[in-house]
Amino acid sequence: MSTTLLLIQILNGLQFGLILFLVAAGLTLVFGVMDFINLAHGVQYMVGAYLAAAFSAMFGSFVLGLAAALPTALVIGLVLELLVFRHLYARSHLDQVLATFGVIVFLTEAARMIWGVEPLSIDVPAALSGSIEIADGVLYPVYRVAIIAAGLGVGLLLYVVVNHTRLGMLIRAGASNAPMVSALGVDIRLLFTFVFGFGAMLAGFAGAMVAPILSVEPSMGDTVVILAFVVIVIGGIGSIRGTFLAALLVGLVDTLGRFVAPALLKLVLDPAAASQTGRAIAPMLVYILMAATLFVRPAGLFPARR
Amino acid sequence: MSDVAVLPEPATPAFDRPGTLVPVVVFGLLALVPLAAPLGGEAYVMSFMTRVVVLALAALSLDLLIGYAGLVSFGHAAFLGIGAYAVGILSAEGVTDIVAQSAVALAVSAAFALVTGAVALRTEGVYLIMITLAFGQMMFFLASALAGYGGDDGMTLPGRSLVLGRDLLAGDRALYYVALAVLGTVYLGLRRLVASRFGRVLAGTRENATRMEAIGFAPFGYRLVAYAISGVVAGLAGVLLANQTGFVSPATMSWQRSGDLIFMAVLGGLGSLHGAILGTVAFLLAEEVLAHFTEHWRIVFGPFLILAVLFARGGLTGLFGRRA
Repeated sequence: MSTTLLLIQILNGLQFGLILFLVAAGLTLVFGVMDFINLAHGVQYMVGAYLAAAFSAMFGSFVLGLAAALPTALVIGLVLELLVFRHLYARSHLDQVLATFGVIVFLTEAARMIWGVEPLSIDVPAALSGSIEIADGVLYPVYRVAIIAAGLGVGLLLYVVVNHTRLGMLIRAGASNAPMVSALGVDIRLLFTFVFGFGAMLAGFAGAMVAPILSVEPSMGDTVVILAFVVIVIGGIGSIRGTFLAALLVGLVDTLGRFVAPALLKLVLDPAAASQTGRAIAPMLVYILMAATLFVRPAGLFPARR
Repeated sequence: MSDVAVLPEPATPAFDRPGTLVPVVVFGLLALVPLAAPLGGEAYVMSFMTRVVVLALAALSLDLLIGYAGLVSFGHAAFLGIGAYAVGILSAEGVTDIVAQSAVALAVSAAFALVTGAVALRTEGVYLIMITLAFGQMMFFLASALAGYGGDDGMTLPGRSLVLGRDLLAGDRALYYVALAVLGTVYLGLRRLVASRFGRVLAGTRENATRMEAIGFAPFGYRLVAYAISGVVAGLAGVLLANQTGFVSPATMSWQRSGDLIFMAVLGGLGSLHGAILGTVAFLLAEEVLAHFTEHWRIVFGPFLILAVLFARGGLTGLFGRRA
């Protein structure tokens, strides 16, 4: 009983970690290339979820909804870049944080006005509903397997693009020395707009994928973006590989912690106190992990080479 | 990592031009508020202005950190929460005296600042922003998990704290003047602090940490002490905030609150201390006025914040300061 539960929790942690990776990837690429810190990145995740919910309801199909949500999320990201973010690149990190904070206030309220405060929920697409048997007598929802597969697929795609294409070479070059890349005749602005739009779309994709299994609400992006920050701090800002590993680590620690911490505490405390303390400690584990990582390696596990 | 300055450059640090006119006017006007309160519904005005004064105390503590030490903390609401929960938890356990509550709040704030600061201050710039944000969020979740003390929903306090056994804070005006007196005392204390040797070293580490190190000052210790002082002041603000609202919940330390506090300090103008007070007044007034017009006031407030960052560099004191 306990091992099957553990197996399911590990898969849930993996799935959560991959969602975090999709959000954090855009964040870390944008920071790596343009030294721009975008607090409003979580809003893209929220917008993606709402768009998927709205378009799915409109077309009556999750796949069509997803197909319509992705370009829309991309366009919203690009419009924000054009209207607000573009004016912030030359500013201090403090200004960037504050202005993007204003963007969150605005878009969260906009979502509330358009779709209401009540959380939306959409059905898991019929083709992916149901469960599969992953081990003897252990059932796991197909849709969550699909999220894991999609996350791994995007991770692989990013790896190939960043490490083995000309575009990826420019991104890496831009991250280590943007003025030099610009001096060599590359339109760094255009490159950045591309990276930004792509990052926004990835976050939107993550939001759209979780829409059927979570409740879609205006503030859903906030916690995710803060965890995404934890991820890129642990992984080392600007490093895709570090972000990937840190995302899985954070996803697993966060999910397993809620399950393991009370169980472990039961060994030393009485059951009621153990579950109470465990519930208090579990959500803190990720942050303790971050603090411990920074204590040993202040620049994260895989700091990008500068 | 390129070391882009985290700060908009303060026009001239306040200790170079010890302005007294603006702070005297600000405190004078704040002291007169209770006289004007009956004009606009007394209970409402007093509760709003007490909130202004209490949050100004928190914004003031943040100005010490951002404006003088150049350290951006995005988790300062955690200290407000520590102060508020010290009141909440101790009252629930039967300790209703504000002296005991404050002592606990200050001690826990200082301990939290020293522990998280020891980790967070090993980094700089944007890492520091993210790490303090994460620590703030950690406290938020801890408070949400305190099932015995309201959990997610928070808890209503039985009443205001007692002062040495007497209910001196029961009246709205009394609470307001106590809060204002604390704000004034802390303000004067911090002014002396930033003008002292400690304050100058701190400003030096903001301008150029490497150079300070070269002339024999290790920035880490100074930064950690500044972080602890700032945290303790914000914790004290939390004690007052709990008394003002009569209610303590995890929302006290939401990350949006931390963002609000930075905005208050920046709007007023960093590195002047009284700027943080002006900024808090402006921020909360704007919020309050907009909320009167529509329940969706945030749709206007968000762009207002963005425009303030883009165009109002140097904040309110920047506007006044240039004329002086």
